[in-house]
Amino acid sequence: MNDVHNEKGTNKSLSLFFKSSFIVSAVIIVISSILLYFTFTFDIVPPILNRGIQPATFPKALLILIIALTLLTYFISLKKPWKNEKKLPNSFYITLLSFVVFITVSKFLDFFLGIALLSIIVSYFWGERRATYLIMVSIIFPLIVFVFFETILGLRFPPGIITNLYYG
Amino acid sequence: MENLGLIFAPLFSYKLLIVLFFGTIFGLILGVLPGLGPTTGGALILPFTMTLDPLSAIVLLTAIYCAGTYGGAITAILINTPGTPAAAATCLDGYPLAQKGEAGRALGMATVSSVIGGIASVVVLIFFAPLLANLAYEFGQPEYFALAIFGLTMLASIGEGSPIKNLIAGAFGILISTVGKDFMTSIDRFTFGINELTEGIGFIPVVVGLFAISEMLTQSTLINQIFNRVALKAVKLPSIDDYKKTWKTIIRSSGIGSFIGVLPAEGGTVASLIGYAEAKRWSKKPEDFGKGSIEGIAGAEAANNAATGGAMVPTLALGIPGSATTAVILTGLIIHGVRPGPDLFREQPEFLYGIFGSMLIANILFFVLGFFGAKIFARITLVPNKLLWPMIFAVSVCGTYSLNQSIIDVWLMLLFGVIGFFMRRYGFSVVPVIIGLILGELVEGTLRQSLVIFDGNWLMFLQRPIALTFFVLSLIALSFPLIKRKK
Repeated sequence: MNDVHNEKGTNKSLSLFFKSSFIVSAVIIVISSILLYFTFTFDIVPPILNRGIQPATFPKALLILIIALTLLTYFISLKKPWKNEKKLPNSFYITLLSFVVFITVSKFLDFFLGIALLSIIVSYFWGERRATYLIMVSIIFPLIVFVFFETILGLRFPPGIITNLYYG
Repeated sequence: MENLGLIFAPLFSYKLLIVLFFGTIFGLILGVLPGLGPTTGGALILPFTMTLDPLSAIVLLTAIYCAGTYGGAITAILINTPGTPAAAATCLDGYPLAQKGEAGRALGMATVSSVIGGIASVVVLIFFAPLLANLAYEFGQPEYFALAIFGLTMLASIGEGSPIKNLIAGAFGILISTVGKDFMTSIDRFTFGINELTEGIGFIPVVVGLFAISEMLTQSTLINQIFNRVALKAVKLPSIDDYKKTWKTIIRSSGIGSFIGVLPAEGGTVASLIGYAEAKRWSKKPEDFGKGSIEGIAGAEAANNAATGGAMVPTLALGIPGSATTAVILTGLIIHGVRPGPDLFREQPEFLYGIFGSMLIANILFFVLGFFGAKIFARITLVPNKLLWPMIFAVSVCGTYSLNQSIIDVWLMLLFGVIGFFMRRYGFSVVPVIIGLILGELVEGTLRQSLVIFDGNWLMFLQRPIALTFFVLSLIALSFPLIKRKK
């Protein structure tokens, strides 16, 4: 009997680790702790020049506050659990992936090619199948935006295989 | 008060009138589109304002703010989806009334109460902002520090959602402001060897990321959502009977909205919820609320528009934003080299009163455009998300890139978009991040300068009566949610 109780208890405690409140709190605390570690690497102002507090003191205090408040939120969530979020659909992951495509293409090929690719991926996977609309959203609209920013704001976009054609 | 006549100056400037007209139309479009709104729209339009003079730029942003806040009601009433968070309470009675075939009446009441609330709040702004600015002459570094802390604690306690999560978000916003070279010692903080980060993280990448990109990710989870649209024939002015039922509610909500707006918080959203709850509490027919009560619409709409003028009071008088959208307006002021605060009132009255006058005109303009054009604006929601959001993405990346011509800003925008999505998913509001980011430099700067003045003695803060008052108010603000929970 005792073994059964222990097993149940173990499962219950294990399930705590998979709750969103635990995962979110853990992520915040881990990131804050890493940043807190970095604050110890900041340069220190020699005492003779130092006026007031060291540059690292304020961020340190903020990070400790964030960690403390996150722990508090987590312990409150044990009594009052967070509402369960629905599983994220594939369209979310595709949109997220399109951001990666945009970053890669705009970094290595062309800024506007990146925008065009993202637009066509998002529009298509969100349900648009009409070619005219896909062309409008991925080619014509970014072109209008480019001309607008280029002429009215006098902006120079990063070089790339398409923008170089315009800039010559 | 001798400058009061300057309020009418925008009426005689064709340039300002054109800016107001387009700002109002743009604000209405942003307000109507669920997921956008005046904060995101303001952030997106900010780079374009660089082509304008400072007054025209701020007039454009304030017109977007006023009209965008009202525009949310159109979608709330016709498709039961608030165009802006501030219109959430309007759905409760607006949509049921529209379902009864009275969409025109519901929109008419929303328009009239929004205009009355908006104009009342501008009057509050005109009279209270100079008074607050005069008071701020007494403020030194310790007082500004205490005030900023008070602002952040208010945001946590009366903002939406969990106060502790709001505090975490606010602290995260302040932390972002510490990235870059330390302003007192020039020592790098959190730059990780990236040159572009030595100047710090800009406001635009964070705002556009947290609002526009995170909303795009949210919309990606809702692509199968179907809206039930209610047909609208024409907007109807409220009848005498409707006025009799609602005039007290409108006056009460205008007062509530203006007061809530002055406090640094989520402005219109909180104001409309309180305005709605108070309208129900004082109503002779509270049982009608949620079933299409005209008082419910008036209570929510007068309050959320009244918060616009209220939120501008601390923004202009102290440089402390009263809401997320006024944080964008504050950034607009700073970008254009205008430093809000008491000196602005003394040195540039024509600039300030130009803003006041423009806000009054914007309220009248959105009344006219809303009244005659609600049907057209409602059609904008027919643009499918699968086309709309890729276009918003294109404008977001170009707008973010344009300010500093930095590709790092675009990466940061995407990063904050993902952070914003998960924050919202797990119940953290993104508004405190924005306010924290804006107030971060003020909080750290005034703290460190105060400690220099006090020779490192923290207890000296308690010897300054104004600072002490703000600290006590902060403690009250922090304990308010606990008291509320016990009740």
